[in-house]
Amino acid sequence: MTETTEVPGRKPDGAWAHLLHVLRENPVTMLSFGMFAFFLLQAFFGALLVPHDPLATNAANALQPPNWTHWFGTDSLGRDVFSRVVVATRLDLTISVLAVAISFVIGSVLGAVAGYWGGWIDALLNRVLDTIMAFPLFVLAMGIVAALGNTIENIIYATALINIPFYARLVRAEVNIRREAGFALAARLSGNSHFRTLAFHIFPNALPPMMVQVSLNMGWAILNAAGLSFIGLGVRPPTPEWGIMVAEGANYIISGHWWVALFPGLWLMLAVFTFNLMGDGLRDIVDPRRRT
Amino acid sequence: MAGRARAIGMRLAQTVPVLIGVVIISFILTRALPGDPAVYFAGAMADEQSIQQVREALGLDKPLVAQFFLYVGDLAQGDLGRSISTGQPVLTDLAARLPASLELTLSALLLSCLIAIPLGVLAAVRQGSWIDHLCRVLVTAGVSLPTFFTGILLVYIFYYLLGWAPSPLGRLDFIYFEPPRVTGFYLIDSLLAGDLETFGATLRQLTLPTITLALFTLAPIARMTRAAMLQALSSDYIRTARAAGLSRGKILFGYGLRNALLPVVTTLGMVFSFVLGANVLVEKVFAWPGIGSYAVEALVASDYAAVQGFVLAMALLFVTLNLIIDLSYALIDPRIGFDTK
Amino acid sequence: MLTIKDFAVSFRTRRGEVDAVRGISLDLAEGETLGIVGESGSGKSVTSYALMRILDAGGRIKAGSAVFDSRDLVQAAEHDMQAIRGREISMIFQNPRAALNPIRKVGHQLEDVLRRHGRATRRDARAKAIEALEAVRIRDAEARYDAYPFELSGGMCQRVVFAIALACGPRLMIADEPTTGLDITTQKAVMDLVRDLTRDRGMSSILITHDLGLAAEYCDRLAVMKDGQIVETGPAAALFADPQHPYTAKLVDATPRPGAGLRDLLPAEARTPLADHVPGGRALVQVRDLVKTYPAKSGPVHAVKGISFTIREGQSVGLVGESGCGKSTTSSMLVRLLDRTSGDILFDGFDIADIPADRFVRDARRSRIQMVFQDATDSLNPRHSARQTIADPILRMSDLRGSALAARIEELATLCGLPLTLLDRFPHQLSGGQKARVGIARAIALDPKFLILDEPTAALDVSIQAVVLNLLADLRARLGMTYLFVSHDLNVVRLLCDHVIVMQGGEIVEQGPAVQVMDAPSHPYTRTLLAAAPMPPAATAAAPRSAAE
Repeated sequence: MTETTEVPGRKPDGAWAHLLHVLRENPVTMLSFGMFAFFLLQAFFGALLVPHDPLATNAANALQPPNWTHWFGTDSLGRDVFSRVVVATRLDLTISVLAVAISFVIGSVLGAVAGYWGGWIDALLNRVLDTIMAFPLFVLAMGIVAALGNTIENIIYATALINIPFYARLVRAEVNIRREAGFALAARLSGNSHFRTLAFHIFPNALPPMMVQVSLNMGWAILNAAGLSFIGLGVRPPTPEWGIMVAEGANYIISGHWWVALFPGLWLMLAVFTFNLMGDGLRDIVDPRRRT
Repeated sequence: MAGRARAIGMRLAQTVPVLIGVVIISFILTRALPGDPAVYFAGAMADEQSIQQVREALGLDKPLVAQFFLYVGDLAQGDLGRSISTGQPVLTDLAARLPASLELTLSALLLSCLIAIPLGVLAAVRQGSWIDHLCRVLVTAGVSLPTFFTGILLVYIFYYLLGWAPSPLGRLDFIYFEPPRVTGFYLIDSLLAGDLETFGATLRQLTLPTITLALFTLAPIARMTRAAMLQALSSDYIRTARAAGLSRGKILFGYGLRNALLPVVTTLGMVFSFVLGANVLVEKVFAWPGIGSYAVEALVASDYAAVQGFVLAMALLFVTLNLIIDLSYALIDPRIGFDTK
Repeated sequence: MLTIKDFAVSFRTRRGEVDAVRGISLDLAEGETLGIVGESGSGKSVTSYALMRILDAGGRIKAGSAVFDSRDLVQAAEHDMQAIRGREISMIFQNPRAALNPIRKVGHQLEDVLRRHGRATRRDARAKAIEALEAVRIRDAEARYDAYPFELSGGMCQRVVFAIALACGPRLMIADEPTTGLDITTQKAVMDLVRDLTRDRGMSSILITHDLGLAAEYCDRLAVMKDGQIVETGPAAALFADPQHPYTAKLVDATPRPGAGLRDLLPAEARTPLADHVPGGRALVQVRDLVKTYPAKSGPVHAVKGISFTIREGQSVGLVGESGCGKSTTSSMLVRLLDRTSGDILFDGFDIADIPADRFVRDARRSRIQMVFQDATDSLNPRHSARQTIADPILRMSDLRGSALAARIEELATLCGLPLTLLDRFPHQLSGGQKARVGIARAIALDPKFLILDEPTAALDVSIQAVVLNLLADLRARLGMTYLFVSHDLNVVRLLCDHVIVMQGGEIVEQGPAVQVMDAPSHPYTRTLLAAAPMPPAATAAAPRSAAE
């Protein structure tokens, strides 16, 4: 009494095969992953591979335009811009990855709990999120860093805090939609407690849309950290960081020394651009519905 | 109608805990600052005795809870403290500088809406065409651009290289006088005073910072318009309208766009919040005398009353704005307040 | 008045060009009602969209002609089509509330159409719109003019959609699954209205539906479509009595109708003997004065107002009623997903209502009471393969692991007719029927005594439904389960259940043996329900199962 199946039984892709399939299917995804790999390489091995010491000053060599020794020119203290830009990758990536990871975890937990149980927990969470989001987020980050001090940890915490509302809201909405879905009820019938149902059945389904948010946030986090450094509230000199370098270069652009600000800004843009492009690709990898 | 009124009432009621939270957070933010606030408030030159006097005057020797109520009491009277750098009450400073920021922000929003909304609509209607791809590229690029960098780049190209833009030194070149203050918006005030030269000069100074900010806000607005239009156009009621023979224009604008505008309006609120933050950076690049640069200067100078006042003011402004947007949403969308699923 | 010849439609998809309609030919006479029936994927809806030239971006008419009043619709310019749509040919769709602009008053939407086709000026538009509303028998038309779609019921929305379609006096109306999702009584009201109005105005109409019974009752002629082609046309009675094409025969057989038993739904070669099931005498489930009240903003909602019934071991009880009658709430309480407000639920003598829903998860009895859900798409976790879905209850509530677990899963799959090769697939890679089988396998994984089936075949094609219903009957016999079958489809309930409970407004209005309730109902509501259910022509071939007719 069986029906005829339409598609002859083909073993569905395993995880690895699916990853490769996603990369191949969309060239933009492939490009973005490639660029990401490029940045990762710089983050891990940059310090070892750069031609000059990013901190070495040389007053005589200050403000040289790009040439064969200094591919990106030198800044006001004679430091090699190229080396500094590459080495800064590690710092900026670390800040954004850690900040996003923290806000992802905290936001997911809060949002999942609020979305599933509703009631006063939900109301409380909403008010708290509203309060956080009442502050223009960058201003809040500024305030936190100013209050707690100019350290990298504080930048990470501030950036994490202002991103929590996005995850919390997103997870809350996704969990809420699925709370009464058939499979959630079926999970309860199968002997899963509320916690298990939420954690293992409902929440994993919220992951695909969150992946897009994660990649967008990585980009924002970098912009945030760079912005904070730009106004002097972030990383302190002489640490190489894209934002600080643009700030330093801003003074010289009026007088025509464009390279000091352009290259770090360009790298910054490319990194954020990469993360934004990766969003769709990440979602496709995580979403089982994309598996054919 | 009763359902609608109730929904509006509830929305207003929801603002109250948020306002309370905002006040508490701004209080904590400053009290959490390291070091002795009295030292900062007394100024760099004060000696031990005057610091102690300041401490008592500010009530800083009282327990934290009592300080909080003093703070709230001050707030109720509109007293946000006194800025060290300017010597003025913070409220006065903020009021003087707010119009500059608002003029910039509103111009940027207007400009980006003028471009982003038609772009989003076109991209949705002609899916897959070159305009759609352009829109997507613009959106992704726009979201990636750091405002301070674009600002600097634009200055370099248009001021240094091409000489088209004036030097980025504020709202008005120093050879011009401010127009008599009516609204604080130089564009409006100069028109009201009939001073076309000043109007032109203001516009010239406004151009680059507006473009910088607008580039930043283009992306989310275009993206949301495109997404909302796509959603609206693929809805069942559009199919009904087509089957009933309604004209393309009516379907697109009367049925599609009107429905799509609802989520766009919500996005505008979010964008405004972002821009208020981005404002800080742009104001620094263009030496714009707005509240953003006020805050940065205050932070750098450890002028904590000013910082506290600024944070509080921004938050209140934002809450009000969101309230207005939500309320106008409630007026446009007849479904609000109804017990729909 | 409409002649379709060699009509073909294809879609551009990622996998290349897909032919949705492969060359069909049809004739429609003046004043005739034609029904196009077929299962999902047959191309019936696509045909109508293509006719009106409102296909989605990726679709195009590959070949053929559709001559309406000596004008070929396929060749007509878009400008001309816009004049034809709504004025000469109009269309109504399923899901009526979604078919109306949510932020525009209903009256204004009518005016838009009237003014577009020059049937009203700005001055008299309002009056004409109200007239149009009255024509579809909407009471209080003037008040309804100012209503928004979300303020109206589903049936009322469908009337409004119908009013829009009729407003400019078209000669042909196409109705694409207009009653899907509506209650039976509403369905009857809407279909009667459609029939009356089209007949009064001498309009021709095309009814597109998957419900053969519905088509048989309201159409003069039927055209059966499969895989983009028309396999047979003819008057309904002839099609039912003597189908020429094997597919038509299969469809006719699969449609539940008076005189046909469960096995008769299947193709002849699959009609193995149906094991008898003898309901035992012992009471398995006893419900006493069950009440459920929800607090709500506008006052408490009494979903269930004190119902009592008994289900004996081995029985199959049908629970019927329309939306809002409380049957879903009742089944949720019985399966212990929802707590009752008051009353008892005795299972095997023990009051399980005493245990709160949150704690029942850990109770030993959890595995004894299970449920098969309505929409298989919704009830399977998109991230879990079929194997993982079936394994979950076994992992949670038993000690079976490793190879014993794998063996059990395969045993269940085979029992439910699910090919083992499909076990590692995800829900989106399975067909509707396959998903239903996974849901059933999961539900019976731990040998429950009591199985609640919440409209398990509502979303399935009729031929798949036939297979699943028979599967359920076989499982019942083999595993000795007791069923509570919740459904709105009386014909299906008649086939599977020996006892029926009818609910309305949170109360039981009638209950008793199926034969008695269905054939000789005592309550007026039951009579209304039975009268509203579309009745396909009775089976003549198979041996009649029910006594009376």
